[in-house]
Amino acid sequence: MAIFVNADTKVIVQGLTGGQGKYHGLRNQAYGTQVVGGVTPGKGGTDVAIPEGGSIPVFNSVAEAVAATGATASFIAVPPKAASAAILEAAAAGIAFIVCITEGIPAQDEAKVFNTLLRDYPNTRLLGPNCPGIISPGKCNIGITAGEIAQLPTASGPNVGIVSRSGTLTYQALYELKQRGIGVSTCVGIGGDPVPGTNFIDCLKEFQADPETHAIIMIGEIGGSAEEEAAEFIKANVTKPMSAYIAGVTAPEGKKMGHAGAITSGGKGTAQGKMDALRAAGVKVGLNPTEAGDLMAEIVKSL
Amino acid sequence: MDLFEYQGKQYFARFDIPVSPGDVAYTVDEAVAAAEAAGYPVVVKAQVQVGGRGKAGGIKLADNADEVRLHAGNIIGMDIKGHLVKRVWVEHASDIEKEYYASYSLDRGAKKHLLMLSAEGGVEIEAVAESNPDAIVLLHIDPVDGISLATARDAAVRAKIDAEAVDGVAEMLVKLYRCFTEGDCDLAEINPLILRPDGGVHALDAKVSLDNNAGFRHPEWDEFRATEELDEREQLARTHDLQYIGLEGSVGIIANGAGLAMSTLDVVNQVGGAASNFLDIGGGANADMMTAALEVINSDQSVKSIFINIFGGITRGEEVAKGIVEALRRVELRAPIVIRLDGTNAEEGRSILANAGIPESKLTSKPTMLEAARAAVALANGTN
Repeated sequence: MAIFVNADTKVIVQGLTGGQGKYHGLRNQAYGTQVVGGVTPGKGGTDVAIPEGGSIPVFNSVAEAVAATGATASFIAVPPKAASAAILEAAAAGIAFIVCITEGIPAQDEAKVFNTLLRDYPNTRLLGPNCPGIISPGKCNIGITAGEIAQLPTASGPNVGIVSRSGTLTYQALYELKQRGIGVSTCVGIGGDPVPGTNFIDCLKEFQADPETHAIIMIGEIGGSAEEEAAEFIKANVTKPMSAYIAGVTAPEGKKMGHAGAITSGGKGTAQGKMDALRAAGVKVGLNPTEAGDLMAEIVKSL
Repeated sequence: MDLFEYQGKQYFARFDIPVSPGDVAYTVDEAVAAAEAAGYPVVVKAQVQVGGRGKAGGIKLADNADEVRLHAGNIIGMDIKGHLVKRVWVEHASDIEKEYYASYSLDRGAKKHLLMLSAEGGVEIEAVAESNPDAIVLLHIDPVDGISLATARDAAVRAKIDAEAVDGVAEMLVKLYRCFTEGDCDLAEINPLILRPDGGVHALDAKVSLDNNAGFRHPEWDEFRATEELDEREQLARTHDLQYIGLEGSVGIIANGAGLAMSTLDVVNQVGGAASNFLDIGGGANADMMTAALEVINSDQSVKSIFINIFGGITRGEEVAKGIVEALRRVELRAPIVIRLDGTNAEEGRSILANAGIPESKLTSKPTMLEAARAAVALANGTN
């Protein structure tokens, strides 16, 4: 088991012939992910060579790619201008799981895409935009995570699920667990944009239901109220032990810390408020990623 | 990007939102010219991005050229809560019957647009929210549908907008929504939205915040960018497309990814140091960007050590290493570097650094974020 993606997941890459799409699409393929096709309008019929041998076919549209390959997931690596259309094209073609790594999509576009999916394609899940992607170690890696930093899960467990709002802190969390030899069931980077397709609660729900996940690490950051809402959900629904870290304790108020979402104003969205809410929900909160890793090591030992 | 009031009004005007006739002025003479064109009486308003302008004496009524001269002369150059007034907005003074409030923003929790409308405008909406929350109508709008005139009218009625103003306010709400969406605003706020004795409504103030991500489809934003008030370090970073925020400490920070950069600030703080900045070189940073980042950090006199914290995903370790080597060749850094490099191609990166012949007094490599933070703080505090 794992959440959202596993060894059977067939993936196409929208933008496979572009710089980022090719580099990361091939890395995902080399990791063992079933990358069955690429989509670039106008380049259908060509293919992208795999360095170790073989090639990945390129199609003109997602619909063609799905018809030919049976893909159920898509990895979108196209520029911000083209990203909204790419997401909606994938959804219309019946893709069930879309990972969009594109950074810099206008918030108005994101809000429109999110609500269009909600209404017209309720069975499609969007991860991102502006996220590192998802990895179920040893099974499937979609996105830009370096697969080698993810510790493989063990059959007997305990294994840990990771959900994070920040890209690089997702890697940091994987790394902290790897250092301690703790297996990871699935690691989801939900992204730091104001309107993420998948949120903490969506992932926590899946992790709670996943028999292969025994504990959960959550990495949040300042801004918005996603962590507070997650804390409410945890209190009522999550029985698996958790540790967490919130980035931005020292961030000055009123300054956007890079992510469009990461800003505190009027005392709202602060790291302290989020940490308090999580602690009140029974989550062990570390003051830095390493401490969150240490706390998880204690949890795992007790399981 | 936050706009000044006058820019917000100019932006509103693009979407046919009525504003008072007026113009921006950088000098007393320009202010008089603007007043003559707008017609007396006029209001002279300091243009700063901070509240409480009126209390600070930054908003004055003038009935003739002499009064404009006097007030503009006093206001231009004035310091309002640390903001230097470089320009004033001069507009025809409006007769005010009633003051309302209207704004659109994104409700991130609901993932919908949020209209806030109140018949109690002209004061801080936060104060109204506290003292009389029922006086504010909150309406979620599905971004796919937008807002219709009928819905806007209904909201105006529910907000107890005066009967004679309901139609005008409803029209205004539809126009403001267009400004918010097509204009790619994070926030579009009118406070006060006024009802005049003649029954007309218009925007007496404008608070507009634009979504930087949408800049590619708004060439008209260039003029707004030109007036943004950034400190020197932030300006330099801007030219290199780096996410930089100046802070008060002595440890220069370079990290990839906003989350990791924030976390780096936190860790430096926890081990007894203070960061001199937030700098996210972003995903896919290459040698040129690393060089630029080091140049920006190096321009800051207070930096005593530089902590480079990279966890490669889309960013590749060898590119980061090449950038550092190149930067050390191009600029004489004022402070030593402590680096922590992990993730994509990290080993390749570390070996490039190890074989570049850089003395240890200039660069040390640490295996973890905590160890690197301790080393950087020790260097900055002179305790190593």
